[in-house]
Amino acid sequence: MIRVVLPAHLRNLAKVNGEVELEIEGQPTQRSVLDALEARYPMLQGTLRDHVTRQRRPFVRFFACEEDLSHDSPDKPLPPQVASGTEPFLIVGAIAGGYR
Amino acid sequence: MSGVRVLVGTKKGAFILSADGKREKWDVSGPHFGGWEIYHVKASPVDPNRLYVSQSTGWHGQLIQRSNDAGKTWEPAGNKFIYDGVPGTHMWYDGTPHPWEFKRVWHIEPSLTDPDTIYAGVEDAALFRSTDGAQTWQELPGLRGHGTGSRWQPGAGGLCLHTILLDPSDPNRIFIAISAAGAFRTDDGGQTWRPINKGLKSTYIPDPDAEVGHCVHHIAMNPSRPGVLFMQKHWDVMRSDNAGDLWTEVSGNLPTDFGFAIDIHAHEPETVYVVPIKSDSEHYPPEGKLRVYRSRTGGNEWEPLTKGLPQSNCFVNVLRDAMAVDSLDSCGIYFGTSGGQVYASPNAGDSWAPIVRDLPAVLSVEVQTLP
Repeated sequence: MIRVVLPAHLRNLAKVNGEVELEIEGQPTQRSVLDALEARYPMLQGTLRDHVTRQRRPFVRFFACEEDLSHDSPDKPLPPQVASGTEPFLIVGAIAGGYR
Repeated sequence: MSGVRVLVGTKKGAFILSADGKREKWDVSGPHFGGWEIYHVKASPVDPNRLYVSQSTGWHGQLIQRSNDAGKTWEPAGNKFIYDGVPGTHMWYDGTPHPWEFKRVWHIEPSLTDPDTIYAGVEDAALFRSTDGAQTWQELPGLRGHGTGSRWQPGAGGLCLHTILLDPSDPNRIFIAISAAGAFRTDDGGQTWRPINKGLKSTYIPDPDAEVGHCVHHIAMNPSRPGVLFMQKHWDVMRSDNAGDLWTEVSGNLPTDFGFAIDIHAHEPETVYVVPIKSDSEHYPPEGKLRVYRSRTGGNEWEPLTKGLPQSNCFVNVLRDAMAVDSLDSCGIYFGTSGGQVYASPNAGDSWAPIVRDLPAVLSVEVQTLP
């Protein structure tokens, strides 16, 4: 079981409270987790990855186990703590504000 | 009793302002989608409870939401805007070719006859249509592909298709406007398009009379006379009496003919409203006085409308889609500002009062007249 934490705007959009729990067959990767997430919550399509290229949106970050996984290959296996459900897979809106 | 519902898009959410026909006491609902930029909210003219919203953020891109109960509840709709075929290039700020890239939906225009058909004007400029209540979107590629698209260049706000006018007398005729390409018209339901910019003169482009390249800010039409159009260009207020085939300037005695918003009285098609803005580098009213100007003569002769509007130290802007009119017997005029005020006049502009003063910066204002 994979635990996923969405940023607040996307929790509102998907109408979920707290963490999302996903069952992934095989070794979980960013791609398989995001595919499963979007399959359960189709309204999230396009909000994390580009519809066509499937690339991560520029101001979306993926963190886990105090590491930034955003620039990892989407097919790289996620850390074992994420795969076991010990640690959550965090989807975070990047710090991108502060204009004045 | 009749009433109105004002649909406001802001930098940080949507607001719905409701009143009865007197338009004195207002109920304020919102923010809906707090934190998201709401470029536009618009209702279906054939189903007043059907609302469509364009919301976006830099983090999560574009969403379209739909309501079937006048904004009490919302459901996400389709947000997949894919250009038809190989998108090609338009001109970038530096004159080099730049690939077409979808950024956001600026304007939503529901069909005049079918609540499930909606048009969307997007950045980078293109026109999309949905016929299934916004679940899926298809580009009308004849617009970008008609021949001048590779020469379109973005304005400061991006290469945006911001105006969509559906001709109530001819379902095959649609007008659109793009910054900074100009105005375009189709007479065959969106299959083929042609520029309609003859008569526009723009000294900020190399050829002031060019076929395309004009920074059209907004166009307004009175439904009773769809062949007559009024335009607020970057500079100049213009008028066409032949569906855009030829434009003539009607700026007349305006204190400045720069501005964004323009609209027309619901019952008097020669009565036009603009909000003059000092200049393209000073996006605020001249002399710090917020004045709507009204022409009762179809342009050229303008009178300032000031009663109830701040006449000192006011330095807000009024954006292109942030003015609307209702169709009650005494026509109501509404506009929103970058300072978060939404002003209403229940008497065709003679006097004004703020409905709300402290919203986030207002991006768009639409109004529904309810039975």
